[in-house]
Amino acid sequence: MTEPTPPAAEGEEAVARVAGEPLVQLPDDLYIPPEALEVFLDSFEGPLDLLLYLIRRHRLDITVISIHSVASQYMEYVELMRQTRLDLAGEYLVMAATLAEMKSRTLLPRPAAEDDDEEEADPRAELIRRLQEYERFKQAAEALDHLPRAERDFFVARAPMDPEAEAPQAEASLMDMLEAFRGVLQRSQLHEEHHVGSQGLTVRSRMSEILDRLEAGTAYRFTELLAPDEGREGLVVTFVALLELAKGHMVELVQVEPLHPLYVRVP
Amino acid sequence: MSWEPERLQGIVEAALFAAGEPLTLARLQRLFEDDEAPTQSELSTALAALEAAYAGRGVRLVASGGGYQFQTDPATNPWIHRLFQARSPRFSRAVLETLAIIAYRQPVTRSEVEDIRGVSLSSGVLRTLTDRNWVHVVGRKDVPGRPSLYATTPYFLTYFGLGSLEDLPPLKEVQEGDMDALVEQLAQGTEGEEGADAADDPGDDPEAAAGGDG
Repeated sequence: MTEPTPPAAEGEEAVARVAGEPLVQLPDDLYIPPEALEVFLDSFEGPLDLLLYLIRRHRLDITVISIHSVASQYMEYVELMRQTRLDLAGEYLVMAATLAEMKSRTLLPRPAAEDDDEEEADPRAELIRRLQEYERFKQAAEALDHLPRAERDFFVARAPMDPEAEAPQAEASLMDMLEAFRGVLQRSQLHEEHHVGSQGLTVRSRMSEILDRLEAGTAYRFTELLAPDEGREGLVVTFVALLELAKGHMVELVQVEPLHPLYVRVP
Repeated sequence: MSWEPERLQGIVEAALFAAGEPLTLARLQRLFEDDEAPTQSELSTALAALEAAYAGRGVRLVASGGGYQFQTDPATNPWIHRLFQARSPRFSRAVLETLAIIAYRQPVTRSEVEDIRGVSLSSGVLRTLTDRNWVHVVGRKDVPGRPSLYATTPYFLTYFGLGSLEDLPPLKEVQEGDMDALVEQLAQGTEGEEGADAADDPGDDPEAAAGGDG
């Protein structure tokens, strides 16, 4: 084990500290001095984060990487992993392997016959896509952190009632429930007007609402999930959300036979 | 029946203060007996009048989490903070990144979050998010293992001062182009972002930010 790492507060340019020494200069590639591995695992959110850093700060060209040094580092990691955090180090190893694989694909000559088949994908494509995607959410997380937040930037203003003044809760009788139910039935017939306006609906949030509402194992009539009083816009959002959920195998649409009612259920 | 504006405003004002959580128009409406219930437009007018009446005061009426709520003016924060013992918690990047992915991609499974972040999720991260009631399980995905699907809660919106998920800061567009251009874009990053990175990464120490790039 290395010495306990010093507190998180870093010097200005230090990326991390190794045994008390600030580590200012990172190597130009993925190969971290083994004793630094642990602090790296704490300083970065994973191999994508680290790779993004290296590409940006050190102009690491992910296509120009020495396989030899990746391989030897690889073995050092394996040794180190035996002693410490196996779970975390594993992802860095996968990344090293990915880089090595990518490099080997760029070096190998392509078979000539493959031309008329589908075009050979750029070996970097997948990694670049993942880096981009990670970067989007890394930035989104920063933006989220800067949003004014309860308990930090504002507080909920409330004037709680005197608890003594609160009326004791009366128990509802069966008659009360029947009475309430009758009221709902009456009201549903009135349907006097529709207020159709922007309701801030998104398909994603509607998907969550629907899933939240569906209990596993129960089949719901398709029509009961569509609330007519939301107006056309709300209906469309719900409909699209149901389609998305079905597509993602998060709900099943079932029907006994053609023209019979459609049911939705959580599988 | 139609409501005398001042009287309705008083009821709405009291309800919002007493509730301590955002109230939707529908929920405000349900406070009334059927035959006396104000219309939604009456309620909206009352809310707008209250909002105007509170302008410039230490407390303001804001649309939050799909409803309405009174909140303290952020400008009063330095003083109001001292009422509370605990300092407002700070959240790790792992927590914030996971929260961001769930917020924008919901409903998502744990492995989808891990896929984007490229690192496995420690159980503490999801527990922090569910303990704070920002995230909850809304179902299970019908794939092997039937993993839980996570989504944000209404309280998440309230906590981050959002009216709805649409108020989230927009996600950066996906870049298109040939590989060399994309690599170059990644290398460039966003203008000025390096400074922010250095400040935000280790320990959030304000002194660390002062160092800047060298």
